[in-house]
Amino acid sequence: MVRSDQIRKLVSKAAGIAVLLAGGLLATSLCFGAPDDTSRVPSISQVPSIFDPRSTPTKSIYHLSYFVLSITGLIFVVVFALMAYVVVKFRKRQGDEGREPAQVYGSTQIELAWTVIPILIVVVLFLATARVIHSIQDAPKPGNAVEVVAVGHQFWWEFRYPQLGVVTANELHIPVSEAAHATPTFLTLLSADTDHSFWVPQLAGKTDLIPNRVNHMWMDPYETGIFLGQCAQYCGTQHAKMLLRVYVDSPEEFGAWVRRQNQPAVLDANVTAGKRVFETTACINCHAIGGTVANGRFGPDLTHLMSRQTIASGAAENTKANLRLWVQKPDAIKPGSLMPAMQLKNADLDALVDYLETLR
Amino acid sequence: MNTVTSPALEWKLPYRGKVGMAGLIIAESAIFSIFVVAYLFYLGKSIGGPTPREVLETPIFFTVCLLSSSLTIHLASKELENGHRKTFLILWSITIALGALFLFGTALEWHRLIFEHGLTISTNLFGTTYYSLVGLHATHVTAGLVMLSVVLLFGLADRVGIDQSARIATLSLYWHFVDAVWIVVFTVVYLIGR
Amino acid sequence: MSSDAMAMPSARTEARPWVEVVHEWVTTVDHKRLGILYIVYALIFLVIGGIEATIIRIQLIRPHNDFVSPQVFNRMFTMHGTTMIFFVAMPVLFGFANYLVPLMIGARDMAFPRLNAFSFWLTALGGLLLYFSFLGGNGLYGAGNAPDVGWWAYAPLTAKAFSPGPSSDYWTIALLVSGFGSIGTAINLIATILCLRCPGMTLNKMPLLAWLNLVMSGMVLIAITPLSAAQIMLLVDRYLGGHFFDTQAGGSAAIWMHFFWIFGHPEVYILIIPCFAFMSEIIPVFSRKPIFGYPVMVGATVCIAFVSLSVWAHHMFTIGMNSYANSFFTITTMVVGIPTGIKIFNWIGTMWGGSIQFKTPMLFSVGFLFQFLIAGLTGIMMASAPFDWQLSLSYFVVAHFHYVIVGGILFALFAAFYYWYPKMTGRMLNEPLGKLHFWLFFLGFHMTFDVMHFAGILGMPRRIYTYEPRPGWETLNLIVTIGAFIQGVAILVFVANLVYSYFKGPKAGNDPWDAWTLEWSVSSPPPAYNFASIPAVASRRPLWDLKHPEDPDSRYE
Repeated sequence: MVRSDQIRKLVSKAAGIAVLLAGGLLATSLCFGAPDDTSRVPSISQVPSIFDPRSTPTKSIYHLSYFVLSITGLIFVVVFALMAYVVVKFRKRQGDEGREPAQVYGSTQIELAWTVIPILIVVVLFLATARVIHSIQDAPKPGNAVEVVAVGHQFWWEFRYPQLGVVTANELHIPVSEAAHATPTFLTLLSADTDHSFWVPQLAGKTDLIPNRVNHMWMDPYETGIFLGQCAQYCGTQHAKMLLRVYVDSPEEFGAWVRRQNQPAVLDANVTAGKRVFETTACINCHAIGGTVANGRFGPDLTHLMSRQTIASGAAENTKANLRLWVQKPDAIKPGSLMPAMQLKNADLDALVDYLETLR
Repeated sequence: MNTVTSPALEWKLPYRGKVGMAGLIIAESAIFSIFVVAYLFYLGKSIGGPTPREVLETPIFFTVCLLSSSLTIHLASKELENGHRKTFLILWSITIALGALFLFGTALEWHRLIFEHGLTISTNLFGTTYYSLVGLHATHVTAGLVMLSVVLLFGLADRVGIDQSARIATLSLYWHFVDAVWIVVFTVVYLIGR
Repeated sequence: MSSDAMAMPSARTEARPWVEVVHEWVTTVDHKRLGILYIVYALIFLVIGGIEATIIRIQLIRPHNDFVSPQVFNRMFTMHGTTMIFFVAMPVLFGFANYLVPLMIGARDMAFPRLNAFSFWLTALGGLLLYFSFLGGNGLYGAGNAPDVGWWAYAPLTAKAFSPGPSSDYWTIALLVSGFGSIGTAINLIATILCLRCPGMTLNKMPLLAWLNLVMSGMVLIAITPLSAAQIMLLVDRYLGGHFFDTQAGGSAAIWMHFFWIFGHPEVYILIIPCFAFMSEIIPVFSRKPIFGYPVMVGATVCIAFVSLSVWAHHMFTIGMNSYANSFFTITTMVVGIPTGIKIFNWIGTMWGGSIQFKTPMLFSVGFLFQFLIAGLTGIMMASAPFDWQLSLSYFVVAHFHYVIVGGILFALFAAFYYWYPKMTGRMLNEPLGKLHFWLFFLGFHMTFDVMHFAGILGMPRRIYTYEPRPGWETLNLIVTIGAFIQGVAILVFVANLVYSYFKGPKAGNDPWDAWTLEWSVSSPPPAYNFASIPAVASRRPLWDLKHPEDPDSRYE
C-alpha cells in the first residue's frame, strides 16, 4: 500500500514533467512551425512568438531569456532530483513501524551553503539583466531614426509621423533597418483616454501608453514583413480587438507609402453624393479627411482609409461589405466600441460607402 | 495537561489592549502615509486654482491646543493610576475641550478657504490632497473625541477607577497617535508644502 | 453555552430547534466557530469563483467564440479575480488561523473575541455587497452591474468618465469593508500570539504556524491599508469631484498603480505565508521528524516579509520607469526568491532521513513543493525586467500566478483540510476519495497551467474575451479549458468528501496523525473552552515530549 503510494507519487511527478515537455515541444514546434513563404507577398500567418525576434531589442531579450531559462532550468533539475530522491528513498518501510527516525533539528553548514549559492546566482542573473535593461532603455536615438507618435485610444491606435507629415491609424508602416544602414523607428507613446500597451512580440518588448505620461520605445526590424500584435493592457470593453499590424517595408516601399500618405484626399466627382453625406452628418465630429471640413480627432483619420487592409483596428478586413456593416451597425463587428451606429438610410449609406472606397 | 514538572514559571506577557492598540496605530499610520505621499507627490502639479502659498495660514494656536491635549491626557492617565478620580476627570475634560477647540480651528480654516479663496476638494490637485489629508486626520480626531466623551460619561457616573487605568492608558495611546499624525501633517502641509 | 464538546446537531441526543442553532452560530464569538464560518464562507465562494472561471474558459475554448458577450466576459474575469483573492483565499486562511492559533498556543480563545466576530461579519458583508452588484443593470444574465475593470481597477478606467455606472463602486466599497475586517483579524492574531501564549511557550518555542501567522498579520497591517487609502481616494474622485487619479487635471494614473501594487505584492505573500505554515506543520508529522532549521524558517519568513515590501513595481515593468528603477526592482525581486528558496530546501531537509507516509495531506504537500518550485522559477524569469517586457500582461503571467495560487496555495489548503478536518469535526475524511481528489486535481491543474505558459509565449495577452485564430492559440486554449473541467470535477469530489465524511466518516479521536502540537492534546472537536487547564510547555513539540519522555525535545532545543 505504502510502496504503491510512493511509486504513484513518482509517476505523478513524471506525468507533470511529461506534460511540461509535451507542451514545450508543441509550443516550440509552433514557434518555428510553418515553412516560410518565399513569395514577395509578406506572410501574415506568423505566430507573434516572443522567441522569434526580428529586431535588436527582442533579440537581446531573447538571448537574456535563454540565459535565465538555462539557470532556472538547472535549478529545477537539481531541486527536483532532490525531491524525487527524498520521496523514494525515505518513504516509510515495513520495518519502520513503532520506531521514529533520527530527530535532526537542523545544520548551520547546510543552511549557509544553500543561502550562499542562491545569492551568487542572483548576482549573476542581476548583472546580465541590468546590462540588457540599459542597452534597450538607454539606447541613443540616431539622427536618421523614423519618429512616430503613437496615441492610444479606446479601441484603436493613432500614428503620427511629425517629420514626415503623415497621420494614419492601426497599421504602422516602418522601414526595415539593415545592418549597414540602420534606420530604427523610435516611438513616443501617449494616450487619449485610459491605459493601453503596445505589444508586437517579434519587434519589441511591450511598453504602456498612459494618459498624462510620455513613454518611449524603439525597434529596428531587420527583415521585411507584417508583424502582428495587440493592446496588452486592459482598456475597456473592446480591449481584445485593439489589434496591431506593423508593416516593415523596404526603404523604397516605405518612401512610396509616405508619398501616397502625403497626398491630399482623392476627389472623385462620381461620389460627391456620398461626400456630402459624410460632411453633413456627425461623421465629421470624430473623423478627419484631409482637404475637407472634417477634422475630428476622436476617431481614426480616414484620408487614406483604403490604404489599410483592415478596419476597426484589425477587427475586420477592409472590404466594402465590412465597411458598410461597420458604419451601419458597429456592434456586429466590435460590440462596445465607441463608433456609434450612424442610423443612415440605405441610399445614403450606399453613397457614403462608395465615397469612402475612393479614399485610397 | 502539563509537559513540565517544575513549579509554575514566572510568566508575564504584554497587556493585550496595548498590543491591539499598537496594531491599530501601525495600520492607521500606513493609511496616513499613503495620503502624505499623494500630497507630496502632487505638490506643484496643480494645473490651476489656488496654491498652498497663496491661501494657507499656519494654525499655530490650534496646533498648540492639540499637542497640549496630549500632555493633559497623559497626566489624566497618571492620576487615574494613582486613584485620583476627581483630578482625572478634570484633566480628561480639558483634553476633550482642547481637542474640540482644534476641530473648531479646522472648521474655521476650511470655512475661510472655501468661501474666501474658493478652494474645495474638487478645485485642483492641491484642494483634493489637502482636504483629504487634513480631513482624514480630523475624522480621527472626531472619533477620538467620541471615545473620550464616552469615557467622560462613564467617569461622571463614577464607573472609572484604578481598575480601568490600563484601558484608559490604551485609549490615550490612540490620542497620542492622533497628535503624532498631526505633527507629520502639519510639517508636510504647512512647512514643507509652502 | 454548553460545556461539553462543541456539539454538532447530529451528535446530540435530542434535536434542538434550528432557529436556536442558527442564532448560536450567528452570535458566536468562539474562535473555533468563527474559523469554521470563515472556511465555509470561503468554500462557497470558491465554487462561485470556479463557475466564473469556467465561463471564461468556455468562452476562450476557440477563437471568435460567442458564449458570452465582451461585457459579460470582462465582468467575469474581474469578479473571478476579486472573489478568489478577497473572498476565498483571505477568509479561508483567516479561518484556519482563527481555529488553530489559540489551540496551538494553549489559549482559550483569541485576544478579542468580539472583534473577531465583528471582523468576520465585515468580511462576509463585503462579499455579499460585491455579489449584490449582479442585480440591476443588464440583469443577472448580463452580469448586472458587476465590476468590469479588472481586479486591479486601474485608473483612469475607474473614473466616472470611463465607468459611469456603479460597478467600480461595488468593487471599491466591498473591498474597503472587508479590508477593515482583515485588519481587525490581523490585530487580533498579533495580540493573541504576543499576549496569550501558555506558560513556557516563549516565541522561540511557538509552533511555526503561530510564528508565520504573526508575520502575516504584521504584513496585513501595512499592506492592506494602502489599498484602503487608495480606495478612499478613488471614492473622493468619483463622488466628491477629486482629482487623485484624474489625468485631465494633472493627476497620475501611475500613482494608482504604485498604491495598488504596494498592497498587491505583499498581499500575495500574505496569502502564501500561512500556506508555508501549513507545510511546516504537516510535512514534519508525515516525515516523522521535526522541522529542519526552525530558526532559519522564522528568519527567512521575516526576511520575506521585509523584502516583499520593496518589490512592488515588478508589476509595473512596462509602464516606462527609467532603467535605474527597473534595475532596482529586478534585484529586489530576485533577492526575495532567496529566503523563499531556503524554505523549500528546509522542507526537503525535513523529509530527508524521515519515514514518509503518503497519506492525502502529504500527497498535497509534495505537490505543493513541486509546483511552488516551478512557480518560483517562473517568477525569477519575470523578475528579469527585459524578459518581463515580453511576458508581462500575457498568459504567461496568468499561468505563473495560478501556479502559485492554485498549485501552491490551494494544494497547501487541501493538505490543511485533510489534516485538520478530523480535529474540527471529529471524523476522518475518506482516504480513497482524498487520493482521487488529489490525482484528478493534479492532472487537471497541470493540463491547464503548464500549457497556459505557452499561450503567453506565443503572444496571447490577458483579459481578452476572444482572440484571432493564430496558429497554436486554439489548441493551447482547448487543452487549458479541458483541464479546467477536470479540476472542477476534482473539486466536486472534494466537496462530496467533506459532506459525506461529516456524517459517515470514521471517528478520529484526539490525535489521529500521532502529531506533536497542542491542538492534538484535546478532543476532536475540542470543547468550547479548549483546555481543561492551561498547559505549560518546555519545547516546540510538547506532545513529542509527552510521548517520548526518554528523549524529549527540551533536551536539544
